[in-house]
Amino acid sequence: MATATLPPVQQLKQPDKGTVGIICLIMAESALFAIFVVAYLFYIGKSLNGPYPKDILEYPIWASICLLSSSATIVMAERALTRHRMGGFKIWWAITILLGAEFLRQTGIEWYRFIHNLHFTVGTNLFGTTFYMLVGLHASHVIVGLIFLLLVFGVTVSGFPIATQERRVKFLSWYWHFVDAVWIVVFTVVYVIGR
Amino acid sequence: MATLDYPLDRPIRRPREWSLSTLFYEWVATVDHKRLGIMYVMSSIVFLVVAGLMATVMRIQLAIPNNHFVAPDTFNRMFTMHGTTMVFLVGMPILAGFANYLVPLMIGTRDMAFPRLNAFGFWIFLFGGLLLYFSYLGGGGLSGAGTAPDVGWFAYSPLTGRAFSRGASTDYWILGILLTGVGSLASAINIIVTTLTMRCPGMTLARMPLFVWMMFLDSYLILVALPPLSACQIMLLADRFLGARFFDTQMGGSAVLWQHFFWFFGHPEVYILIFPGFACVSEIIPVFSRKPIFGRPAMVGAVVAIGFISLGVWAHHMFTVGMTSLSNTFFAASTLIIAIPTGIKLFNWIGTMWGGRIRLATPMLFCLGFLFQFLAAGLTGVMLGVASFDWQLSDSYFVVGHFHFVLVGALLFALFGGMYYWFPKVSGKCLNETLGKWHFWLFAIGFNVTFIPMHFAGFLGMPRRIYTYEAGRGWEIWNLISTIGVPIQIIATALFVANILWTYFKEKEVGDDPWDAWTLEWATTSPPPVYNFEAIPEVRSSRPLWDLKHPEDPDWKYER
Repeated sequence: MATATLPPVQQLKQPDKGTVGIICLIMAESALFAIFVVAYLFYIGKSLNGPYPKDILEYPIWASICLLSSSATIVMAERALTRHRMGGFKIWWAITILLGAEFLRQTGIEWYRFIHNLHFTVGTNLFGTTFYMLVGLHASHVIVGLIFLLLVFGVTVSGFPIATQERRVKFLSWYWHFVDAVWIVVFTVVYVIGR
Repeated sequence: MATLDYPLDRPIRRPREWSLSTLFYEWVATVDHKRLGIMYVMSSIVFLVVAGLMATVMRIQLAIPNNHFVAPDTFNRMFTMHGTTMVFLVGMPILAGFANYLVPLMIGTRDMAFPRLNAFGFWIFLFGGLLLYFSYLGGGGLSGAGTAPDVGWFAYSPLTGRAFSRGASTDYWILGILLTGVGSLASAINIIVTTLTMRCPGMTLARMPLFVWMMFLDSYLILVALPPLSACQIMLLADRFLGARFFDTQMGGSAVLWQHFFWFFGHPEVYILIFPGFACVSEIIPVFSRKPIFGRPAMVGAVVAIGFISLGVWAHHMFTVGMTSLSNTFFAASTLIIAIPTGIKLFNWIGTMWGGRIRLATPMLFCLGFLFQFLAAGLTGVMLGVASFDWQLSDSYFVVGHFHFVLVGALLFALFGGMYYWFPKVSGKCLNETLGKWHFWLFAIGFNVTFIPMHFAGFLGMPRRIYTYEAGRGWEIWNLISTIGVPIQIIATALFVANILWTYFKEKEVGDDPWDAWTLEWATTSPPPVYNFEAIPEVRSSRPLWDLKHPEDPDWKYER
């Protein structure tokens, strides 16, 4: 029989579906953000009328600290989850949510000052256009992230065995890290280079 | 013991019960990649016919000088809807359809990685397309005839601003295409994940069929090139609804920035559209030459090279907007460089045929047509890539002729070849060869009669997108010949549709593997059962079916 001499079939080590999927999603999102970042960089200094960035922008130090440290707390939460310490998971997860919410609150305060007090809107000048669109795109990603974080938190406190979904929690945390990394770019572009 | 018996036992087919609920479960609630693939291809054929009829109207309008067959506004809407439909509602879904149907079969798995995401992608594409067409009713309200978008398929700013585009027609263009973009992204992610994680045992990347390779790289291009389009469409929406100033030149905004952003998507898009053509040809030519593909690694390498270089050539669409000579030089050079991997591919296809026992069946005929016309398309592309030459002919009918040679002469021919080749896989029946040959020859003649004269009209200075023209410029004869080609193409396409219907209802089944092919999709029954494979196949070479059919001389003895 010819079949007797068949060589053994190579068993493949293939990556996990979700891992590749979330990496693809992050690639596509990066491409989306890249265009907005390029638009921001392109229009720096091209506004025909004020206010200009140096007039009104203040460094969002506290907001940045909140968002960046939430990347650390979500790692702590994941670590607690892999060690099946549910109490620790819930606490770290809640802190992550609070830090993300505080970031959004700070953005809200900044935008309230701009829009309500200074009447600086998306249509005021090119700076307004690119500022609100880039920062707003990022903030909308924070909101999406927060919704999913809250979802996980909600099902966990209502007794769902979240430890069975460790993979999916990991993907959510990757998305969260991505949102944080984008903030570093946005911060640099808007608040450092743009001023 | 081989785990794959050939041929397999046919699955039991139950008689069909036709009721609304079975129809719903079979066609609407389905997550089966094969059904979704068929739905993708069928809906894109419908859009192809619609957009083709628009082209017919435009050709009638341009047949003679000073013609008033349609109103100027209608003409503007026609070329906008024709271009938009052909690119986003024909090209993109048909590639998703081919990939959906064939990739899981070719890599020996039972479905895509995310079947529900797959179904979501299809439906969001379909409703995005319907939303675009709804503009005929809703674009200007129901008063009057309604308005469709009339800003051209690349919607140059500032034409799309509130000041110049009143009503909602441009918004329909933005939102419809934004939605189909989400669908394309979903299917691209699905194809990438399926290819990387679900290959059957032994199917290393080196053994993967070229079709899968090219669809994989195509999906990568979609992943990096499509979000920029979504981004600039979001900017345009903000301009139109929030009063943002991205493309508002009176506030310092830049209309050229739109061009950069659009073409950063737009040029990779051309490769996104042509890769599936490459994919079909790379499967068909070897089977009908009875030889394995020539220069397999070079083939993959060439597509990878195109995939990367194509991200750096976009501004060759913009030589006439007045860029710096450094930019002109860079983009001209990168454009010319891309001809090298493309040339490698052409030579490899010819090398595959060289010394082969060529069977001139209909799929192969279409591939041969593809080779000739793709070569012509590539050569005019190289001409247009030279900035100084482009200054003469940009936005002329030469460009129209060039890209129709790419998208019809190359892509559509390859896809027709693919449809003839895989129709027996989908239905169990071979399309009628006589009708197929009539289809090929009529379409090849009609196509060339229509599009070759456009190059000459372009040389004589005829700009694209004009509604009509005066007599005495030497354009009349070329336009008339162009229009004469149209009915020939229509007859050919009608023959194709008739062939499908005739074959589907009247012809006899031809067995699982009518072409004596080598890739895994032919290892299961035709049409495949819902679960594709009874046992997941095992693969030892890049031609697994050759190994099964020729145990005395299998490929794995020679491949690493």
